[in-house]
Amino acid sequence: MASIKPNISVQYGEDVTVIAFTDEKILEESDIRGLQNSISSVIEQTEGIKLVMDFGSVKFLSSAVLGLLIRISKRVYEGGGQLALCSIDPKILQIFKITRLTNIFDIYDDIESATKGLTESD
Amino acid sequence: MPEDLTFKMQENWSTIVPSDTLAIAVVCERIISGLKEVDFSEDDVFAVHLALEEAFINAVKHGNRLDPAKKIQIEYTRSEDKVQISITDEGEGFNPSDVPDPRVGDNLYKADGRGIFLMQSYMDEVKFNERGNHVDMVRYRCSRKASSGQSSKE
Repeated sequence: MASIKPNISVQYGEDVTVIAFTDEKILEESDIRGLQNSISSVIEQTEGIKLVMDFGSVKFLSSAVLGLLIRISKRVYEGGGQLALCSIDPKILQIFKITRLTNIFDIYDDIESATKGLTESD
Repeated sequence: MPEDLTFKMQENWSTIVPSDTLAIAVVCERIISGLKEVDFSEDDVFAVHLALEEAFINAVKHGNRLDPAKKIQIEYTRSEDKVQISITDEGEGFNPSDVPDPRVGDNLYKADGRGIFLMQSYMDEVKFNERGNHVDMVRYRCSRKASSGQSSKE
């Protein structure tokens, strides 16, 4: 597993790449800019990437992170890839529901189901 | 409620901080730890934290437009049954009704524009002054506003 600063770890699987946020809180503008750069570089490495983003460690985020996810999803889909989110804390999941972002993101309970969801969609 | 506990519930202060998104961290920690000390619920703490972050970021970015010469005033009142936070920036202000619903149409796919909506979803009262450079937010203890189980805005 590769560790990339700031704040993510990346696991390159045979079919699916998993990016895990490792911080409990994602708030700072500088963090979000750093995340965007780090995640973009991972996306660019694999054409048609199947990407799972693991929120298992995250307990708090702001709307700026929602914006980051939307920008990432556009990059993934523009490159012919697929994106799934997983392991989202119930309080944070409520933010996705309230903002109706559950309509545009595929959200799974855990990494296993997210990985299965992406590999079975071929 | 015993008189000493009622006294402990009450907190009232005001501070002025620079237009720097890092400046909110200390204020947030003070408010959040205080709410936990007097047993506000996890949902209340989450809601206040989220609304405070969103309002402060708006004040820094859209109000003071990241101008380091401009300040932000935060007024905080906590009583037995509610938390009240006011944030004032030195910007020109805006009309909140001009901000589109982020859940509708193409707005859903935009990266920005969810801050005020989240403030309104998680706080019981959100009022802007006429100029639009001051917001006053209230969350009541054990509010039924957006918690991990439900939302009145859904």
